[in-house]
Amino acid sequence: MVDALRVIRDDGSTDPRLDPKLAKDEAVAMYRWMTLERILDNRMLALQRQGRIGFYGPSLGQEAAIVGAAMAMDPDDWIVPQYREPGAALVRGMPLKELVCQFMGNAEDPAKGHQMPCHYVYRKGNYLSISSPVGTQLPHAVGIGWAMKLLGDKKAVLAFFGDGATSTADFHVAMNFAGVFRAPTVFLCNNNQWAISVPVSKQTASATLAEKANAYGFDGVRVDGMDALAVYRATREAAHRAKDGLGPTLVEAVTYRIGPHSSSDDPSRYRDESEVAAWQARDPLPRFRRYLERSGWWDDRDEARLEQEIGDDISRAVQEAERIPPPGPDTMFADVYAEMPAHLREQMDAFLARPRR
Amino acid sequence: MPAMTMVQAINNALREEMRRDDRVVILGEDVGRNGGVFRCTEGLIDEFPDRVFDTPLAEGGIIGTSIGMALYGLRPVPEIQFMDFIYPGFDQIVSEAAKMRYRSGGQFSVPMTIRTPFGGGIRGGHYHSQSTEAFFCHTPGLKVVVPSTPKEAKGLLTSSIRDPDPVLFLEPKKLYRASREDVPEGELTTPLGQAAVRRAGKDVTLIAYGYMAQVCLEAAAKAAEKGVEAEVIDLRTLVPLDEPTILASVKKTGRAVIVYEAPRTGGYGGEISAILAEKAIEYLRGPIVRVTGFDTPFPYTLEDVYLPNADRVLAGIDKVMAF
Repeated sequence: MVDALRVIRDDGSTDPRLDPKLAKDEAVAMYRWMTLERILDNRMLALQRQGRIGFYGPSLGQEAAIVGAAMAMDPDDWIVPQYREPGAALVRGMPLKELVCQFMGNAEDPAKGHQMPCHYVYRKGNYLSISSPVGTQLPHAVGIGWAMKLLGDKKAVLAFFGDGATSTADFHVAMNFAGVFRAPTVFLCNNNQWAISVPVSKQTASATLAEKANAYGFDGVRVDGMDALAVYRATREAAHRAKDGLGPTLVEAVTYRIGPHSSSDDPSRYRDESEVAAWQARDPLPRFRRYLERSGWWDDRDEARLEQEIGDDISRAVQEAERIPPPGPDTMFADVYAEMPAHLREQMDAFLARPRR
Repeated sequence: MPAMTMVQAINNALREEMRRDDRVVILGEDVGRNGGVFRCTEGLIDEFPDRVFDTPLAEGGIIGTSIGMALYGLRPVPEIQFMDFIYPGFDQIVSEAAKMRYRSGGQFSVPMTIRTPFGGGIRGGHYHSQSTEAFFCHTPGLKVVVPSTPKEAKGLLTSSIRDPDPVLFLEPKKLYRASREDVPEGELTTPLGQAAVRRAGKDVTLIAYGYMAQVCLEAAAKAAEKGVEAEVIDLRTLVPLDEPTILASVKKTGRAVIVYEAPRTGGYGGEISAILAEKAIEYLRGPIVRVTGFDTPFPYTLEDVYLPNADRVLAGIDKVMAF
């Protein structure tokens, strides 16, 4: 179905030439993060439907391309996200409760309710803040990598974006600057086939997205984005090359957005259910589970225990988060500047002293 | 103390900040070997070959990668060759750099100073002459600074580079080489957010920035010949604005003329007018008057009559003095 690098075969065996040979702990952790992302997405979509969070953008179907890539980076490396990678934030150590607080925009949201759900940030994990406009983060990823290089830090940056982003001016300038300055940046394009309602065939006349790298003077590779080991392998190789001074790489992970673009989207308006079903047959989670089972690392009891644990963790995080009040009115004025200027203080003071009806 | 043009003072500020702080880097179009089209970065690449970068021709890339550098801990000072060219980077400035601190709850910040020449007076036509500061003053999270003398160009640029937030530093290109002034070598900062009273007067307050501050001084000298004492305030920083200095002056004189070379409608001077109306209307003896560019694109041949000059400012003064 996809002409791309593939490691896990349908029966769960791996291509011995390409298998990154993860230790059991790593492989199980990878599965755990993917499963957490899947269950979290479904629970958050349900909460959104119940009116308990305002908005949600699920990553259903893309867990391998997100978690596989995030786990390929070292802790010192930076991750520059788009807005559909909660699994990557979790891999980076963002506590589940903090994430849920962000979805709720409550007083324990580290960003103080300043941003809508799914725009989380985790400085401690070198996980950058998210903006909604597509592609804007890509030049930042190049600048971060360029700075790493200037300071002699042997690190790399992983930048997430989608197929739609490859049409933006920011994608072009980022790729061009990265090529010219040999920035240690891994461009991880999650080609999930759809930018809301527009298919990738209408975004570009290129046969693949990976080949766009050629024009910028560096390598592009195409991997099966439903195969966490393939994504892991390609990303890790790209990160190592970056750290060795060999410059950027574009990794196109061919995947599929099984769910809606967001809780506000109805995909039945623009795509056929049979297409979704065909991709669902390649769901990255059962495939990875077959690999674990075939390796003798997983069975039904492990699966049941994992689902139970994750379900409990999420329930606990939601319960705790729902008890937390919204941020105080003064937080609206916080973090505009390092120091609050006089005009803003005047507005805040007047607002806080306003007569209550 | 050497006498310097504004170009030399800016160059001096950049050089000294680069010597003082090795996180300071410069990037932009033609800023390296060529020293910038106005020569503001001349010679810096020789002293700092690893910290001055000629970039590909893409303002969005210059600003966007500078944001990344700042996020990682550097202090980039990108140059946009003309303010008229800044729009491919507009989104990166207003939606990314200016919002990073807010949207991350203070976890990330973008200490970056974007230098760009702005304004008319060099016969550059529409695309080398505009004064579009209002777009940026309307952007929470961004500071906007405009020097009008060589010495303060150095002081304000130094303060901007050291500021923890993104700063748009607008250099009035008409004043780049208009005069020389003694500029101290070594440490010199001018605080952001403080206006300067360039000339004291009791009858009318002229409020301006950049080249228009000079025009106001000329107009004030002519007004004095007619017995009108004009006070001239040079804002120096547009955001955050020094309201107390403006209000104190207007409360004293009871008359205000606001001068800016940008198109009149939606210009930043309109905001100042609104502040005066809200906070000092009971002190006003006449209407608040604006002397501005016209609501046209910036003309090439008729540049001299598009730009406010001392005579137009004098006409504005006459208008308020009639009350």
